[in-house]
Amino acid sequence: MNKLELMKTANEVRKGIVTAVHSAKSGHPGGSLSAADIYTYLFFEEMNIDPADPKKADRDRFVLSKGHTAPGYYSTLAHRGFFPVEDLTTLRKVGSYLQGHPDMKHIPGVDMSSGSLGQGISAAVGMAISAKLSGDDYRVYTLLGDGEIQEGQVWEASMLAAHRKLDNLVVIVDNNNLQIDGAIDEVNSPYPIDQKFEAFNFHVINIDGNDFDQIDAAFKEAKETKGQPTAIIAKTVKGKGVSFMENQASWHGVAPNDDQYAVAMADLEKVGEALCQK
Amino acid sequence: MSEVKKIATRESYGNALAELGKEHEDVVVLDADLAGATKTGIFKKAFPERHIDCGIAEGNMMSVAAGIATTGKVPFASSFAMFAAGRAFEQVRNSIGYPKLNVKIGATHAGISVGEDGATHQCNEDIALMRTIPGMVVINPSDDVEAKAAVKAAYEHVGPVYLRFGRLAVPVINDNEDYKFELGKAITLREGTDVAIIATGLPVSESLAAAEKLAADGISAEVINIHTIKPLDEEAIIAAAAKTGKIVTVEEHSVIGGLGSAVCDVVAEKAPAKVLKIGVNDVFGESGPAVQLIKKYGLDADSIYEKVKAFV
Repeated sequence: MNKLELMKTANEVRKGIVTAVHSAKSGHPGGSLSAADIYTYLFFEEMNIDPADPKKADRDRFVLSKGHTAPGYYSTLAHRGFFPVEDLTTLRKVGSYLQGHPDMKHIPGVDMSSGSLGQGISAAVGMAISAKLSGDDYRVYTLLGDGEIQEGQVWEASMLAAHRKLDNLVVIVDNNNLQIDGAIDEVNSPYPIDQKFEAFNFHVINIDGNDFDQIDAAFKEAKETKGQPTAIIAKTVKGKGVSFMENQASWHGVAPNDDQYAVAMADLEKVGEALCQK
Repeated sequence: MSEVKKIATRESYGNALAELGKEHEDVVVLDADLAGATKTGIFKKAFPERHIDCGIAEGNMMSVAAGIATTGKVPFASSFAMFAAGRAFEQVRNSIGYPKLNVKIGATHAGISVGEDGATHQCNEDIALMRTIPGMVVINPSDDVEAKAAVKAAYEHVGPVYLRFGRLAVPVINDNEDYKFELGKAITLREGTDVAIIATGLPVSESLAAAEKLAADGISAEVINIHTIKPLDEEAIIAAAAKTGKIVTVEEHSVIGGLGSAVCDVVAEKAPAKVLKIGVNDVFGESGPAVQLIKKYGLDADSIYEKVKAFV
């Protein structure tokens, strides 16, 4: 996919996020929207996956460590063809396979159940260790929140990943700077994030996580990195694409009402139209 | 009694893992800086590349094991019961239990028989914690023979299994030709009519000795060994309740939430009978030689004998 196609796809993913959360009347739009470009790049460009064979043995793995941004994950999987886009409106409803947090047992394309913060990165480390043990070529990607890295387990996992030289592992931190209680540096600052991962012996790349050129360059650099895992610190805008949600901690875990939904979709339609003019 | 062979079930665990590693290439063992104590060091010596030392980070180890299991290998994650079931409870629940991943948890140093290390390391709550997790199999073997068989059965079972082992060398009581380990099946070690002693783990051999003493007093005690606490052999418990009308449970674990509670659940619903629960009575342990602690906390043959006699 070229950059324009990726941007258009990411915009469709964002519409799916807002639609799913609006339908569910709950869920986490802010961190789903901030990471929509990263999700899109991973599932449409980077990863070796096949929607027709979601469990194929040599597939690249993805673990959503910040499991609450499942709407972003699901919207991306649906648009990639793992399940119908229409199913996104069943999110969080009784009987739906689209659980509030990723459920590997029921959702095509989900490699690991997650939601309890700090645990996903460890599972990704386990997958990467397993690949090394059996000499498999698949790569493992895990997406973390910047608030999530306050969890001690993230650093237990990081220590082990670097110790075992897992160059088949890419850790992405969605650095949108906001968590439930406010700005991450006001709640309990994890900054400097890059230096922390460097100190844990990661290869660290700082990027604008809403810029496909920088995303593309970072993942290519990660692939060329040998002997150590890579951490991509992606500076993003929480709520990206929806005017009234951007940079608002209050939109971490709240669904838009009908009026707000109409505004959000109009915002995204406008972005989509502008992209079509290009 | 003649000199009986004694082996700690943690030793059995290490030996069984090494055997399993020979037969199955997909066996991977994880530890958290306790390979010498949990005896996974025996496996490490034979298969160093398949032994992953995660360092002192048990929560991470459980989620790493979960990740390994998603790729088709069979990880055995090992630590002391206190840290495997206690510290890492939430990782076991969410990373392993909820996705029902094929992870085996080898928890050694369970109960007060940890001895001198004292209360911080004596886990009397792990059975209670583990059996609340949907789909978790909980096994607490009584001796070397049973522990080795349990490790093999755990490997063959697809799904999460919690294996509970001890630090103290305990008598080998199951080395007979008829012995057969079946997941979820109780073993009647001694027939009796006046009372049924239902025991698990280390106190099984003590219960057998107690039954011997009771017999000398004219009390006929049945002794049932429950190696699998979940799924529990309800039929065996119902039959014992119907036969004797009096049940005594014995475990090296808190009387809250362990075997005693599990038996009471069955009896209360399906075969009302009087139950006496013998275990650690809602207190923390303490430092001291294991054998002395077992006596002090009432889990030795003499204590069991006294309590059953008073109960019957």
